[in-house]
Amino acid sequence: MKPPFKGAVDCDLHLPSPPTTALLPYLPAYWRDQLETRFIHKMGFQLTSYPPGSPLTCREDWRPNKGERPLDQLRRQALDPFGVEIAVCSLLHGAIALFNEDMAAALCSAVNDFVAHEWLDPEPRLRGSILITGQNPDHAVAEIERLAHDRRFVQVILPVMGDMLPGKRQMWPIHRACEKHGLGLALHAGGTYRFPTTASGWPSFQVEDYVANSAAFENAIVSLISEGVFSECPDLRVICLESGFGWLPTLIWRLNKEWRGIRQEVPWITRPPGDILRERFRFTLQPVEVPTAALIERTLEHIGSDELLLFSTDYPHAHFEGEEALPDGISEALIRKIARDNPLASYPRLARTLQPVTAEQRS
Amino acid sequence: MSKSRFVVARTSDVAPGTSLRVNAGGRDIALFNIAGAFFALGDRCPHESGSLCAGKIVGFAEADEPGKYRLVRDGEFVRCPWHGWEFDIRTGKSWCDPEKSRVRAYQTGVTSGSDLVEGPYVAETFKVSVEENYVVVEI
Repeated sequence: MKPPFKGAVDCDLHLPSPPTTALLPYLPAYWRDQLETRFIHKMGFQLTSYPPGSPLTCREDWRPNKGERPLDQLRRQALDPFGVEIAVCSLLHGAIALFNEDMAAALCSAVNDFVAHEWLDPEPRLRGSILITGQNPDHAVAEIERLAHDRRFVQVILPVMGDMLPGKRQMWPIHRACEKHGLGLALHAGGTYRFPTTASGWPSFQVEDYVANSAAFENAIVSLISEGVFSECPDLRVICLESGFGWLPTLIWRLNKEWRGIRQEVPWITRPPGDILRERFRFTLQPVEVPTAALIERTLEHIGSDELLLFSTDYPHAHFEGEEALPDGISEALIRKIARDNPLASYPRLARTLQPVTAEQRS
Repeated sequence: MSKSRFVVARTSDVAPGTSLRVNAGGRDIALFNIAGAFFALGDRCPHESGSLCAGKIVGFAEADEPGKYRLVRDGEFVRCPWHGWEFDIRTGKSWCDPEKSRVRAYQTGVTSGSDLVEGPYVAETFKVSVEENYVVVEI
């Protein structure tokens, strides 16, 4: 089913990756020249996680329509049918996987400016994600500081499988910058694939990579909590995108249990880590791996909160048919939590930008 | 129900910083000596029933912020040998879950042998000598 009311907040919606030539106007002259001279502007910068031709990457009926502007297509297929008041979008760009950290930073900036001008400017329902690379936290913080004034950006986005676990102290400048500016830290499924997707090397099949994402999210969550990120940044909110949530109850149980035994190792954790998880982490709905409304409600009961789930279509990824973004049978009260109350309470910037963003808030 | 008092050990049996497993009224009890003060806890961890007597007597690790470690109240906690749960020897409370996970803490006292010979306590398992002091546990 789709949200039975207008005003839903879609917390994970993807913008199509533009041809690199479309980013050239947003690059400084040096990098424009570099890309053209080295023919890099002919590269697609597609991430391995979502090869453009893969059936998962885009639903067949959501494939780019020749003759229709991408923005019009997004409005027609993702914003209008689901009655969305706000959609938090991201543009997952292969720039984050570049080993040249200077070029990566320049391209991330270009992507962010492209999103601001080509998508956020003409469509007031869209909110943006600041794309950064985790490999150079100085560059990442500089990019966050450069864009933080634009209130339409509501989160900073990193792949869940990066060069290091996100709780590591080298990453803290990024977390501090997010907290300082009221930006969520979004972790998106997938990674740069510089390291194997399992702790025992590379798997053979896509199904293994796909399932391994929940383990990657578990690792990231345990890292962020154990390292004490939330002692340092108590207001930081982490949004897990395309993470699923069916694995949360056992993670919470195990985390709390192990903490009791080896708490001395991380004495800055002064309350059950599951409580920190429930307070600081949020999870988008699609792809939903818990198949029925009854099981979703039971899973939330095990998690111990109905405030963690955020509605998402994950447009244009193929997870459901038609407009069936919500599993049938979920109570309207829960839908209201998932599709409206939770998102507004979860992103520090979202509630404040409900009214159309003014030119003042942009500059 | 009125409480019974049991003589469980000579004070010299439990040196400061150590523990001793004793039995009082059929119950296994972990007796601790913290700098001359005696404390008695039920000798079963509420988690899986590990013997707290066999646990390491430790301090409490705390931190004002990540990476700033400090050990306080050295010798006032016992760590279950099985899974590491920590209990405050003075109260029996688990630090991680003080409301739900606690071991029974019993009142202790030290009484001279001459008092015991005169009464009022029953020295069930001890041959009491008037020259020594005894640990008494109230159950």
